[in-house]
Amino acid sequence: MLLANHPLLGKTITGDTASRLSIRAAEDVARFSLRIDPASAPSAGAAFGTPLPTRIGGMVEAGGRTALQLGPDEWVLTAPGADSDGIADAFAALQEPHSLVDVGHREVGILVEGEAAALALRSAIAFDVEAMAVGTGCRTLFDKAQIVLIREDKNRFRIEVWRSFADHVWGILHAVSREIALGL
Amino acid sequence: MLLIRCPYCEAERPEVEFTYAGEAHIARPADPSALSDDEWRDFLFIRTNPRGRHFERWRHMHGCGRFFNAVRDTVTDKFAMTYKAGTPRPGDEEIALASASAAADSAASVKDARP
Ligand SMILES: [Zn+2]
Repeated sequence: MLLANHPLLGKTITGDTASRLSIRAAEDVARFSLRIDPASAPSAGAAFGTPLPTRIGGMVEAGGRTALQLGPDEWVLTAPGADSDGIADAFAALQEPHSLVDVGHREVGILVEGEAAALALRSAIAFDVEAMAVGTGCRTLFDKAQIVLIREDKNRFRIEVWRSFADHVWGILHAVSREIALGL
Repeated sequence: MLLIRCPYCEAERPEVEFTYAGEAHIARPADPSALSDDEWRDFLFIRTNPRGRHFERWRHMHGCGRFFNAVRDTVTDKFAMTYKAGTPRPGDEEIALASASAAADSAASVKDARP
């Protein structure tokens, strides 16, 4: 029998007060890794129903669907879980050469919110998180684990991490939130 | 930690996101079966290993995933410039210009660095 395995399901880390820092496992979503010639990005956007961003780090969000560009010919597409089959069918009808891989079960999302969100992330991310523009995302390293970091709002970040690394990332966030709560 | 400019992401990114990939501009033999043992040895193992300016490959492994080329000084560890894979080896003038503008950029404002 197959069992759904979500290492962080329902978990929450509350900081000293919710406004300063709150960390929780995100609702599960459908995720696809798309590789396509950037010249064909507009037709891929038409198939997805949301235009694809055209620069690395760029993100376009519309109608609950999000497209984030990770590399010159690489995008990650997210949508509500129920849309998964529809997206696969739409891309199957796309005539341009491309690769669309369902990675929905490979990753889990973690939401890091609050005034201290950037401070918490800074503890394990080597670039200037504060300088990251709202509405952008990128692949990077969190401690030693590869993640995709998205800045949804000034004080709201989303981490997408492979489920086998999720406990590691969660453990660090847990320790950091204690340090912040204690004012260390 | 070094900050390395990825020419694809067009951003300064931390060194940990990158992996080093050896000397740049080493062309694969066009007709491999015609190579002598000595030529194979030179292609596979013989590198310039300079003291000073070095043209080398890097990969933005934990970022956009792309290979690109960099000009780095092996004495000071300072990057003069980076450029996309497949573009020709830059000349002295181009390197001097790129490193001067990079120095001006970093002096002007560190807070403009886009992750
Ligand atoms: Zn890059």
